[in-house]
Amino acid sequence: MFDALSARLEKVSQSLRSRGRLTEADLDNALGEVRTALLEADVELSVVRAFLDAVRVRVAGEDVATSLTPGQHVIKAVHDQLVEVLGGSALKVTYAAKPPTVILLAGLQGAGKTTTAGKLANWFKSQGRQPYLVGTDLQRPAAVEQLRVLGAQIGVEVYSEPSNPVEVARKGVAEAIRLGRDVVIIDTAGRLSIDAALMAEVRFIAGAVNPHYTFLVIDAVTGQDAVHTARAFHESLELSGIIVTKLDYDARGGAVLSARGVVGRPVVFASTGEKMGDFDLFHPDRMASRILGMGDIMSLIEQAERTMDADVMADSTQRMLAGQFTLDDFMTQMNQVRKMGSLGGLMKLVPGMNKEMRDAASNIDDGHLNRVEAIIRSMTPKERRDPSLIDGSRRSRIAKGCGQTVNDVNTLLKQFDQMKKMMKTMGRGGMPQMPGGGKMAQMAEKLGAARGMELPEGFEALGAGMNAGGAGGLGPRPAGGAGGGQKGKKKKGGRVTPPKTR
Amino acid sequence: MTLFWVLLVAVIVGAGVVAVRRRRRPRLATPLVRQAMPEVLVTEVAPIPTLLESAVASAPASLESRLGASRGIFDRVRSLGSGTLSETDLEVVEEVLLRSDVGLATTTALLDELRTNGAPDGVASAIRAALNASFVADRSVRTAADEGRIAVWLFVGVNGVGKTTTIGKLAARATSAGQHVVLAAGDTFRAAAADQLALWAERSGADIVRAAEGADPGSVIHDALGRAQARGADIVLADTAGRRANSTNLLDELAKIRRVADRLPGQVVETLMVLDATTGQNALSQAKEFLAAAAVTGIVLTKLDGTARGGIVVAIERELQIPVKFVGIGETVDDLIDFDPTAFVDSLLS
Repeated sequence: MFDALSARLEKVSQSLRSRGRLTEADLDNALGEVRTALLEADVELSVVRAFLDAVRVRVAGEDVATSLTPGQHVIKAVHDQLVEVLGGSALKVTYAAKPPTVILLAGLQGAGKTTTAGKLANWFKSQGRQPYLVGTDLQRPAAVEQLRVLGAQIGVEVYSEPSNPVEVARKGVAEAIRLGRDVVIIDTAGRLSIDAALMAEVRFIAGAVNPHYTFLVIDAVTGQDAVHTARAFHESLELSGIIVTKLDYDARGGAVLSARGVVGRPVVFASTGEKMGDFDLFHPDRMASRILGMGDIMSLIEQAERTMDADVMADSTQRMLAGQFTLDDFMTQMNQVRKMGSLGGLMKLVPGMNKEMRDAASNIDDGHLNRVEAIIRSMTPKERRDPSLIDGSRRSRIAKGCGQTVNDVNTLLKQFDQMKKMMKTMGRGGMPQMPGGGKMAQMAEKLGAARGMELPEGFEALGAGMNAGGAGGLGPRPAGGAGGGQKGKKKKGGRVTPPKTR
Repeated sequence: MTLFWVLLVAVIVGAGVVAVRRRRRPRLATPLVRQAMPEVLVTEVAPIPTLLESAVASAPASLESRLGASRGIFDRVRSLGSGTLSETDLEVVEEVLLRSDVGLATTTALLDELRTNGAPDGVASAIRAALNASFVADRSVRTAADEGRIAVWLFVGVNGVGKTTTIGKLAARATSAGQHVVLAAGDTFRAAAADQLALWAERSGADIVRAAEGADPGSVIHDALGRAQARGADIVLADTAGRRANSTNLLDELAKIRRVADRLPGQVVETLMVLDATTGQNALSQAKEFLAAAAVTGIVLTKLDGTARGGIVVAIERELQIPVKFVGIGETVDDLIDFDPTAFVDSLLS
């Protein structure tokens, strides 16, 4: 979603990373790139200006004599500012002491209010609440019908009647109270911010039901107009937050920054797909990390927890890092990872991946993994535990068993062997040399650079996890960490940040 | 290499799971307490307007009147002097263009043109000329198919841009001109999309062919062609589900729908991409993808009655030569007009 922005900022950070000192010209240059990136991402012009000014102040104001390189310093400033503009930490949704909690959705036509209403109800349902939907969009043909269909899909009742929107809202809330529902979501008709009559109408609705939360639903593909819309709605409705939709488009989503920058209220939810479940709380810190190409480890782990068998995973990971890793374990891991979705998509969430690495990962197709699995399944249990048993005749038997060539079997065994060694080093806290180039070291450096910053808690979790599984740390201590003795494995000219004590 | 990637993800995920579990364990001991919330979070609710205010009638449908709102900084363009261009002049022009969603690349190109050509008759007219030069494509619409075939207009676009509404308006236009129109409810994905189109059919007096939700959109259009042939209709307006433009599967589906619609007796004479004027730079990639998948022949720019200016169509016309053919300026049947480049450029700069 923020890929293009990430890519550009990645470029900036790479050009700065190798610098020893930051000159005024470097800073102008870097901020110029940031400006371009933000404008191309549809961030509104005045928001861009304010953003750049704030970054400049941050860079100047902070003590440069820390362990950060100048490049990291700028990136940290951009990151911090992004987090701030995106809204600090996530807004915690609380519930009214005297139910129901009333939520009003407003926005332009086609932003996705009705679908969002359904998704939001679904989300509250998954939180153990009893939501109730009220459809006041009597304007667009079949809007209420759409809400009813969605309600039926997720098992939430919908209230509407062909009277007038204010009346429908009032009666809908009364009905929810009568039924003992604790969350009421009111969908409204799409309206233009300059349409005085309709803006007054939505104010009447708000006045009639006194919502606890008023959310502006805004489309991630919106351009410069996002600020007008957000401002106008905020002025009439006093918004409590923003819901951003269509984040699964390849849009860069600058509208999120714009609206947030103008309204000063957090982005609360994000909708990322066509299914009812593609909806969750918006996490500004994670999003900022994503923009900067730092990955989104918390989302990755949450996704893993939803789809994977955590015990199995934890088990085999520990064995792997201890160096007692079998082909069985590998197959388990591979299948667990496959359950989570496409490898390319997952790689986007892994911190420290550059575009090249992500592309390499997304080129791996399912068929390839199927073939790997077939090879392993053609081995006997004994062979899987100890691949060194596999001699020439076993090889040809395995190849016949899985319908592939002996060469394929050889490749797999060779790769497995390399991998095992690598994992063992990693388990001991070292950074392994990747076959065919020091990409791993590069990644370590990235993670190392990231370590100097205030990072989302996921990074700590990652470090902790590594410590739990083996002895050392993967990312957070790329070199000079527990393993020691890996000089020369870091990228030439790269500067290694000593681990920052917190 | 393959295995390496799989494993890398596995290690990280595995480690993360271990860490998260470790952290959460102590938390589970404490009972879940729901936090109470202040009853009213929003303290300053805007004053409720009186009924007098809400009785303000909306202006009649004309582009100028609808485009009248919030033109603040754009007045500055007109105030710019003539003759040589100063950097300040260019900055003002840049700001105006960027704020209209023209986009950075196109804006830079336009500024370069200004620099080389100068502004003999004033900056405003120079930039107007440069913008007008962007709109050179042929804007005529084809309504008739070849002999013995039925003309099909196919509507494509992302979610929520107003495809169904546009079809409704165009259907009304065609029926009032005495044409026999068949609507094909090809959006079988979104809840109640067919119902929405059915209401438009009722209003405009057009025929409609629809199927159950989840049906194959191609088959709906195929059936609509059959109906059109049986009744001797002049034109089929085919709706499609809104789809994001970065999904190969969804684009392939669209390509297939177009092939079906183009099969005898049908002939796709126009493929119109509906575009929301509030859309930013993503519109360009939408246009590119839909052009490749469905051979888009024109754009319908909707919601131009709001504060958005839709400047991205300048970039689309310059880069992809897809002409804007219609403009949507409101919710009623008559609020769809032919695109007029001069009026549009004026509105960008006025």
